[in-house]
Amino acid sequence: MMGDDLYQEVILDHARRPRNKGCMCDSTHCAQGYNPLCGDEVKVCVNVSDGMLSCIRFDGHGCAISTASASLMTEAVDGKSVDEALALSREVLDLVTGKRANAEGLGKLVVLEGVARFPSRVKCAALAWHALEAALHGESDLVTSE
Amino acid sequence: MAYAALNSSPAVALGLRGLRRQFPTLAQKINGQPLVYLDNAATTQKPLVVIEAMERHLRYDVSNVHRGVHELSVRATEAYEGARESVRAFLNAASVKEIVFTRGATEAINLVAYSWGRANMKAGDAVLITHMEHHANIVPWQLLRQELGIELRVLPMDERGVLRMDLLDAMLTPEVKLVSVAHVSNALGTVNPVREIIERAHANGSRVLIDGAQAVAHEVIDVQALGADFYVLSSHKMYGPSGVGVLWGRADVLAGMPPWQGGGDMILSVTFERTVFQKPPARFEAGTPNIEGAIGMGTAARFLMDLDRGALADHEHGLLTYATERLERIGGLRVIGTAPDKGPVLSFVVDDVHPHDLGTLLDRAGVAVRSGHHCAQPAVQHFGLHATTRASFGLYNTRDDVDRLAEALHHAIRVFR
Repeated sequence: MMGDDLYQEVILDHARRPRNKGCMCDSTHCAQGYNPLCGDEVKVCVNVSDGMLSCIRFDGHGCAISTASASLMTEAVDGKSVDEALALSREVLDLVTGKRANAEGLGKLVVLEGVARFPSRVKCAALAWHALEAALHGESDLVTSE
Repeated sequence: MAYAALNSSPAVALGLRGLRRQFPTLAQKINGQPLVYLDNAATTQKPLVVIEAMERHLRYDVSNVHRGVHELSVRATEAYEGARESVRAFLNAASVKEIVFTRGATEAINLVAYSWGRANMKAGDAVLITHMEHHANIVPWQLLRQELGIELRVLPMDERGVLRMDLLDAMLTPEVKLVSVAHVSNALGTVNPVREIIERAHANGSRVLIDGAQAVAHEVIDVQALGADFYVLSSHKMYGPSGVGVLWGRADVLAGMPPWQGGGDMILSVTFERTVFQKPPARFEAGTPNIEGAIGMGTAARFLMDLDRGALADHEHGLLTYATERLERIGGLRVIGTAPDKGPVLSFVVDDVHPHDLGTLLDRAGVAVRSGHHCAQPAVQHFGLHATTRASFGLYNTRDDVDRLAEALHHAIRVFR
């Protein structure tokens, strides 16, 4: 099947049934990501209390890759500390940009590995993670995938 | 490859098989499949005659233009000005003095906004555009609005992507100094009734700019018969190189316009006290131009003029009709832009499959299409969408290409359902 190195079953599953979608209004940290290339938008909201993340949710519209990446992200960083979440974000961004050779230790996020072979799609996978970083850094400006 | 279309007359008249061999890019495999190039509204492939004309210049004739008296300078100047004459003939302009080389249609519109707009508009005046414009025909006017306090009016369109001509007269008030309209919509394919728009705008005393970027490769343009004041085009969408385009302006209109960039080649004399500017078109071509680009564009214009343009239009329209029929049979697929008069552009969305995923999966099958907002966000948002997938046809496309598109679409949809 063509393209199946990118569209693995886990990605398709999270794209069809995204987890933690729909933002809550009582979150402490929020940021919006925008990809001017394709118009994809993702908003990430999270509660930070005593340096720990909880109730992380996302909203917006985008392709299967950006939706699945956001959905997987909400599962992966829930319950982590801010530092752990930021470290994981760096690792995922390195993975999808091909700066990291393997996905060891990244659990389910390994499915994003294939994105690195599709340069035109790297920004789709990175968008939610950029928004998470911006939210945790308290940046209120719209972050773009550029 | 099966060229079923070769049995029908327009393709025969075009000599489609031979024509395809003129375009070396087409003869390759992408992801293991023969390339099907359906992104012609973004840019077209280049024929050998264009590649060779540019190569010949770069190998043997390189010199600056309008300057030296040496042999190479004479050759380069003749080639550059010859290209201007080719474009003049292509547009049936009255004179080469009406042909201004720019970086493309975008720069041509910016030139008009900056030069004509600043000299002829003031706070309270209005520019009328339409809901289906490319960003290149929106943003320059917004910049002018910021600077001068002009108003930007937008003629609406209906659910098919057809302009609401019934509203035009009410919007054409005396404040409207310029009407700026796409000839053919890049996102929807709609061919606008520009002749009627020009007539009504002129009756109101407004100038008219027609953005012909999506029109010139597909239909014969006669700027004198059209009667607009400005017509803009990009070389790269008509089988020429990128980075060059043309502003056609009627001689009397151009003559009244101040320069927009200063530099060499656009002056008669310079002292520190006073500079005397050239007449058009040189007045608007400051600095060394894109010489090889202009040569390529002129060659592309000649290439198109040598074809049977009627047969070409029939061929491309036949592909659009065939593709529309085939794609409309695909479950969950909706065509965006259903105007009765369309250029060879087919925008569509598929339930549950994002255009970007569709674009990647089609590419895996060797089929190149565009996905996104096509630099016309308001037009796409009009349909409640953020993005569409767009297949757009050029003179070298075949019914076989349409079949490959339809097959790849079926396959892509299966991945997601």
